[in-house]
Amino acid sequence: MRFYGVSLPSRLMLGTAQYPSPSVLAEAFRASGAAVATVSLRRESGGSGTGEAFWGMIRELGVRVLPNTAGCHGVKEAVTTAQMAREVFGTDWIKLEVIGHADTLQPDVFGLVEAARVLTEEGFRVFPYTTEDLVVAERLLHAGCEVLMPWGAPIGSGLGLANPHGLRALRAQFPDVPLVVDAGIGLPSHAAAAMEMGYDAVLLNTAVAKAGDPVAMARAMALAVEAGQRAREADPMEPRDMAAPSTPLIGRAFLE
Amino acid sequence: MRIFLNGEPTDVQAHELAAALTELGYGDAVVATAVNESFVPASARQATALREGDRVEVLAPRQGG
Repeated sequence: MRFYGVSLPSRLMLGTAQYPSPSVLAEAFRASGAAVATVSLRRESGGSGTGEAFWGMIRELGVRVLPNTAGCHGVKEAVTTAQMAREVFGTDWIKLEVIGHADTLQPDVFGLVEAARVLTEEGFRVFPYTTEDLVVAERLLHAGCEVLMPWGAPIGSGLGLANPHGLRALRAQFPDVPLVVDAGIGLPSHAAAAMEMGYDAVLLNTAVAKAGDPVAMARAMALAVEAGQRAREADPMEPRDMAAPSTPLIGRAFLE
Repeated sequence: MRIFLNGEPTDVQAHELAAALTELGYGDAVVATAVNESFVPASARQATALREGDRVEVLAPRQGG
């Protein structure tokens, strides 16, 4: 799997927020085998060293970082945050979030397309957090995005894939574009379902961080992503409405 | 001079961004800066003058999803 020409060893991307402790975070990453860690920028007080300590720990994980623009509600805010993230994290990758609704945290897709265009022109490699809307997807690709990250369900909801039909349609419409289900995953079965649909990767955070045992859940998610991916490659059977006996009828004894 | 540092009214002696960051204890910390909602790269901090009431944001790496 390649994002913007970069080949990654795992199809699981993991967030770094809400873990019970930094050591659990690090252990969960090791258990997940995730190749990408999402991170953010927040206000820092002089002399606190908080950012430095966190950044040092993330660098020790040895994974690629994908900074986000979480919490941004406008194009300018998201663009400025991306510019700041590029300098601090030393990467032109940006998970672009332009939030449009306070309760659902659903993307403002109009602002998203505009911010993606501006950032692409500035040399960013944009990973847009979007919906499964096909027209928006088309606009994002025209704006310069080479990866799309549709939501499965609202961020932090754990509801899974709320619109499987829409996600399948998106996959079918853009067979050659790397697609990542980002947000809404609550269980390994959700992650496996996304991979079985042909998604290239899954990005999740809360499902692992808020599990009773985040390290065990990280491992479960990694296995689910791999299982779903392998199933996709194995070309699954078509479902049917009626039964079809799996045991041969020929050679059956007549014992009546 | 009074500026707004991360939303808080803050008095500084310095008249440009780089010196203000030193004065405010950031030292060599890994931070990104913006003044009045526009990104100021590290290389431009010394040449960025601050004025009364400027809104200065100083951000650093944090957990994110």
